[in-house]
Amino acid sequence: MRTLLSILFMGSLPGLLWAQPDAIEILKRVDKQMVTESAEATATMIITNRRGRETRITSKSWSKGETTSLVEYLSPAREKGVKMLRMEDVLWMYTPQADRVIQISGHMLRQSVSGSDLSYEDMVDNGKLLDIYDAAVVGEDTFMDRPCYVLRLRAKEGVEDIAYAQRKVWVDKVRYLPLKEERYAKNGTTLLKNFEIREVMQIGDRWYPKEMFFKDVLANGQGTRYIMDDIKFGVDIPDYMFTKAALRE
Amino acid sequence: MFRFLMKGMLRDRHRSLLPSIVVTLGVFMTVGMFAYMKGVMGDMLNNTARLESGHVKITSLAYRSEVDILPNDLAMEDGPAILAMLRQDYPQLSWSERIKFGGLLDAFDENRETRAQLGVGGIGIDLYGPHADDRERWDLKSGLRAGTLPQKPGDILMAEKLAGNMGVSVGEEVTLISSTVNGSMSLQNFHVAGFIEFGIPPMDRSMILADLNDVKRMLDMGDWSSEILGFFPLPYYDDVLAEALTDTFNAVQSDPIFMANDTLNFAANLDHDDRIDRFAPYMVSMLDDSNMRDYFGYATKAGSIVSFVMIFAMGIVLWNTGLMGAIRRYAEMGLRLAVGESKGHVYRSLLVESIGVGLVGTVIGTLLGLGLGYYLQEVGINMGDMMKDSTMMMPTIIRARITPEAFYIGFFPGVFATLLGAGLSGLRIFKRDTASLFKELET
Repeated sequence: MRTLLSILFMGSLPGLLWAQPDAIEILKRVDKQMVTESAEATATMIITNRRGRETRITSKSWSKGETTSLVEYLSPAREKGVKMLRMEDVLWMYTPQADRVIQISGHMLRQSVSGSDLSYEDMVDNGKLLDIYDAAVVGEDTFMDRPCYVLRLRAKEGVEDIAYAQRKVWVDKVRYLPLKEERYAKNGTTLLKNFEIREVMQIGDRWYPKEMFFKDVLANGQGTRYIMDDIKFGVDIPDYMFTKAALRE
Repeated sequence: MFRFLMKGMLRDRHRSLLPSIVVTLGVFMTVGMFAYMKGVMGDMLNNTARLESGHVKITSLAYRSEVDILPNDLAMEDGPAILAMLRQDYPQLSWSERIKFGGLLDAFDENRETRAQLGVGGIGIDLYGPHADDRERWDLKSGLRAGTLPQKPGDILMAEKLAGNMGVSVGEEVTLISSTVNGSMSLQNFHVAGFIEFGIPPMDRSMILADLNDVKRMLDMGDWSSEILGFFPLPYYDDVLAEALTDTFNAVQSDPIFMANDTLNFAANLDHDDRIDRFAPYMVSMLDDSNMRDYFGYATKAGSIVSFVMIFAMGIVLWNTGLMGAIRRYAEMGLRLAVGESKGHVYRSLLVESIGVGLVGTVIGTLLGLGLGYYLQEVGINMGDMMKDSTMMMPTIIRARITPEAFYIGFFPGVFATLLGAGLSGLRIFKRDTASLFKELET
C-alpha cells in the first residue's frame, strides 16, 4: 500500500511542477504567444475622445522580427496613406499630404498615436518581455472568468529608457495571454496605462488577442479599442518594404 | 492795475523770467511724464486687445477652463452660426475669429529631408473673407519686411527673426508639424509669402501667421471656432463697457446652470453638474482673459500715485518759487506799505502776479510737454536692444499718448501751486506793523 502511494505521489510530482511554472517560464510562454517572427495584420482602432466621439482608424501592418515593422493607415480618408516605419529604435512617419518623411524619436515616441491611448512605442512594440523585465509571481487571480497568474515585472538592470519601468500582469493560466496589465512609471506607483485583452482568437495552436483595450490614465479620453480584424503569421515580407524609400511608394 | 503789474514784472526779470522758467520746466516734466505713462499703459492694453484678447473674447466653457494649453479640441461647434448671431445681435462690435496653435516648423532640402526645425507658435486669422478686419487690425503692411502679404490659401507670414534663425527664404515651402483636434499628428506644407516684424519680442522669435481656414483644415476643425474676439469701435479699451456686455451676453447665451452657480471656481463649477453644456459660449472681458485685471488695477493706482507725487513735488518746487519771490521782495512790500498802499492791495497784487507767472509758465510748459508727448507718440523710444530677450508681450517701441487730460493736468502744479506759494508768503504782509516797517527801511 505504501509502495502504491509512493508510486502515485512520484507519478503526480511532474504534474504538480507543470501546473506551477515559475515567472520566467510564464514570461517565455507569453512571449511565444505575443511575439511574432513575421506577421501581416489588418486592425481597427476605435478611439473615444474626451468629447465622447468615436473615431475609427483602419490600418494594415507588417512586422519582421522584433524591431522592424510597418503600419499603413487605410481609413479614414484624412489619415489614408499615413505610414509608420520602425527600424530598430528609430521610427519614421510619412504623410502623403505633405509628402514628407519625419523621424519620430525621443519623447515623441511616447506621444499619442492619432489621439488614441496608444503611444507610437505601443503601436510598433513587438519585443520580448523576457529580454526587458525581471519577473516574479505575486499571486493568482481571476480576470474575465479566466484563472490568471499575477506577475510583477521590473525592468532589468541596465535597461534604460523604456516606456514602462514596471508592470503588473494578469496572465491566463491556460492560454498564456496577458489578459490585463497595469503599466507603471519608474517609481512603480504612478500608473500610466491600463491594458486589457477583451476577446481572444485561436489561429492554429496559437492564442492571440482579438480585441484589446488601452486606457492612458493621464489622458482625458475614454479609452481606445484595438480590434485585430485579420492576422497571418509566418508571412514572407520583402525587405524593401521596411525602407525609408518605400514609404513614399 | 493788471497792465501796471505786468509791466513791472516784465521790467524786473527776477520777478518774471526765473519763476516762469521754473514753472515752465515743472509743467513740461509733468505733462511729458503724464503722456508717457498713459502711452505705455495704453500700448500694453491695445496690443493685448489686438493680438491676444480683443476687447471681449468668446470661447466654449470647456476651452476657457483649459485656456492656457490652447485646447482647440474643446472649441465651440458651428462657429459660423455663432458669428452670424454676434454680427446680428451685437452689431456695435467688430467680430473676428482666431485660432492659436503650437507646433514644429520644419524646413527641408531638395531631397525633402529636414534641414532645420524649430518650435513655433501660430495664429490663424481671417485673411481673405468678407470680414477680414484682422488684416487691417494687425497692420500687416507696415510690419512686412520682405516678400508679400499672403495672397492665396497656403500662404503664411513668418516672423523675420524666426526665418533668419531657420535659414528660410521668401517663397520657400515649409512643413508645419502639429496635432489635429482628434490628436492625430498633422503635417501640412505652407508657402512662405513674406517675413514680418511684429514688434513684440516673443512673437518675433517664434510666430507664424496663417489664414484661418488653412489652420482649420490643418487641425481638422471643420466649422469649429476656438476663439471669437470682439472689438468696440473705440481707440482704447473701456472696461466698464466690456464688463457690461460680458454680463448681458453670458446671461443670455451661456449655460444657465453654469451661470447660476458662481460659488465655485471656474473648473469646479464646470464639472459639478453633468447637465452643463461644456461647449456653450462664454464671454470674458480683455482684463479677465489676459489675467490683467489685478495688474491693471495696480498699474492704474500706481500711475495715479506717481502722477500725484509728480504734481505734488512740482507743486512744492513752484510753491517755493513763489515763497522765494515774495521774500526777495520783502523790502519792496515794506516801502509800498509805507507810502500808504493797503495791505490787502499789496497782497492781491502779489496773487495776480503769481497767477500771471503761473499761467505763462503753465501754457509754455504745457505746449512743450505736449510737443514732447507728440514726438514720443509719433516716433517713440526704441527699446528693441534692451527687450530682445524679453518674454513680455510689450512692443519694442514705447510710445507716449496725448489724452485730453494732458491739456490741463499741468495747471494744477503750474498755477495753483505758484498761487499757493505766493499766497502763503504774502501772509507775512499782514503781520507787519508800521514801527518795524520804518526800522527795516533804515537798514
